[in-house]
Amino acid sequence: MTAHTFTHLDALESESIHIMREVAAECKNPALLFSGGKDSIVMLRLAEKAFRPAKFPFPLVHIDTEHNFPEVIATRDKLAADLGERLIVRSLEDSIKRGSIVIKDPDKPRNPYQSVTLLETIAEFGFDACMGGARRDEEKARAKERIFSFRDEFGQWDPKNQRPELWDIYNTRVHAGENIRVFPISNWTEMDIWEYIAREKLYIPEIYYAHKREVIRRGNSVIPVSHLVQPKPGEKVEVLSVRFRTVGDMTCTAPVESCASNAQEIIEETSTTRITERGATRMDDQTSEASMELRKKEGYF
Amino acid sequence: MSNATQLLRFITAGSVDDGKSTLIGRLLHDSKSIFEDQLSAISKTSEKRGMAAVDLSLLTDGLQAEREQGITIDVAYRYFATPKRKFIIGDTPGHEQYTRNMVTAASTANLVVILIDARKGVLTQTRRHTYLASLVGVPHIVLAVNKMDMVGYSEDTFNAIVAEYRAFAAQLGIHDVTCIPMSALNGDMVVEHGDNLSWYKGAPLLDFLENVVIDYDVNTADFRYPVQWVCRPQTNEYHDFRGYMGRIESGEIAVGDEITVLPSGRTSKVKEIVTYDGKLQRAYAPQSVTLTLEDEIDISRGDMFVKSGVNPPKVEKEFESMLCWLSEAPLDLNRKYIIKHTTRMVKCLFSRLEYRVDVNTLAHHATDKLNMNDIARVAMKVQQPLALDHYGKNRFTGSFIVIDEATNNTVAAGMIV
Repeated sequence: MTAHTFTHLDALESESIHIMREVAAECKNPALLFSGGKDSIVMLRLAEKAFRPAKFPFPLVHIDTEHNFPEVIATRDKLAADLGERLIVRSLEDSIKRGSIVIKDPDKPRNPYQSVTLLETIAEFGFDACMGGARRDEEKARAKERIFSFRDEFGQWDPKNQRPELWDIYNTRVHAGENIRVFPISNWTEMDIWEYIAREKLYIPEIYYAHKREVIRRGNSVIPVSHLVQPKPGEKVEVLSVRFRTVGDMTCTAPVESCASNAQEIIEETSTTRITERGATRMDDQTSEASMELRKKEGYF
Repeated sequence: MSNATQLLRFITAGSVDDGKSTLIGRLLHDSKSIFEDQLSAISKTSEKRGMAAVDLSLLTDGLQAEREQGITIDVAYRYFATPKRKFIIGDTPGHEQYTRNMVTAASTANLVVILIDARKGVLTQTRRHTYLASLVGVPHIVLAVNKMDMVGYSEDTFNAIVAEYRAFAAQLGIHDVTCIPMSALNGDMVVEHGDNLSWYKGAPLLDFLENVVIDYDVNTADFRYPVQWVCRPQTNEYHDFRGYMGRIESGEIAVGDEITVLPSGRTSKVKEIVTYDGKLQRAYAPQSVTLTLEDEIDISRGDMFVKSGVNPPKVEKEFESMLCWLSEAPLDLNRKYIIKHTTRMVKCLFSRLEYRVDVNTLAHHATDKLNMNDIARVAMKVQQPLALDHYGKNRFTGSFIVIDEATNNTVAAGMIV
């Protein structure tokens, strides 16, 4: 490699590795949030690049809504086992049993409650830094968030009072009880993620690729039929060729119609798509223009 | 090489009145980086506010508080791509706290686009933006003379503004400025050349952004390698492995090169350059790698590797810097602060304030205090020696942040002079 062949992916990769090493070196008890989704799988590869030949100096943590696609959970467990890294799973069900989450309808989307279990998990293990795979291109509120995002002892984000972030010099200091969320792939876009998956030949859950699936149409969305989502009277079940651009809560993650069966074909589709990733797939972000900002203020990552 | 796209980070400086948001909106729109759902959301909002056309500036207003008040409160980052390059735009608001926000966004930028309203010409704020860009060492400056439609696309008007601006920039030692006439509103000279400015022979803004040479924005001569993390796997396979992980901030290194570890001054030779993708013979900035050495010497995080005998940095406990104060709480000369320089954190004291710079007139004033947005030359002392380069020579080893120990806030940004 010469200075002239240092591509944007190389630049992004090196930046992310640098960030992860800063976290490992300066934070006392960090964790890497890992869901089995494509962005967190990229994070895992970046962590390998940052720390091999040693083990990761932090555990992997997943907050399970129990509304996840089974293929994603299987991938999560497989990748953690293949790498020989420690995986901690905490479930929303535990918080529901404890009474810290009260859910009216167990089949409704659970993303708003994830923050509660995440904060409980942070307290249980005393994590002072949690690395997540969020990207600034995903959403307007994310575009304004720092790479090292300080949270108070209630896990809350104050967008008007963020620490200035200059050069690549990160301020990792927190008082006891406070923590930071760190987003090593802040500057990556959806396209960068797919290009990296293709370049690194990363294994991702098969539901990211086109497959036949039973769906129903509700409003403007196509919703996958599952044990949580059954057709209401009058709704018709169709079988379409679809893929998922994001793999969140099964009750509110919509697939897009697609025939792209590998990463290269997805790159081609992504370069011509006219809808943002979240706009196409996350029904919970469409409820108000500020949904993500409000959730983040409450401790969502 | 053919498929390799580079990453260019740039910022825009100017107020809403100069058409800054319209310019960004136009770049995103005309490069087809705005998505239908985003366009539909801002169309609805524009309609709700009773606007006749879609307000592209709404694209860059991220937070609820901002949308309600129609203001921008912080730095936001936008992304777009063309087949040639990927772009990151650092979008900063143009009003109060401007210095703080612009310095923050400019610190990582390859290029700044300074916007001027063709009717108003070079204003105080143009001088301020240019001074801040030069202070933070942004390698490339584009002067976008916008609203040319409002002055009848006059070549004479453009030339007069350019002459005045170049004269001012020269005082700051800036000679490399690209000046482009444009109308962001009508799309002239942003992505397409358009017909209205046919007298201008240069390239449209996007064309320039795609082609400006940025390979030499980093210092390619002086090897600087701050150690981030010492890797000791202690497994059977890697029983004796001791790797020094970090990012090459500038220059290059090859297997066999002799290095000096600062501040201790001990020397050794590079044995291996290890990466996940295999061992390398040679590595360049800004690669993140792992180095192993021929000798076992005491090295920890915060130490810096440099090539022995080649243009070494100063290793000092007392030095001067240009400081931009970022915090609402003013500098307290009686207190100790923490500075983070590369991968090292040390305590520091500010021993003397040389002068404060008026960012509007560039005049120097004697001062005994520093408030938010102030820029001053200061003398400082640190507890342990640091390996320092002049900021003008090296952005990575010439910069530091100041942290308030009591609040843990980042309160200032510093540049070694």
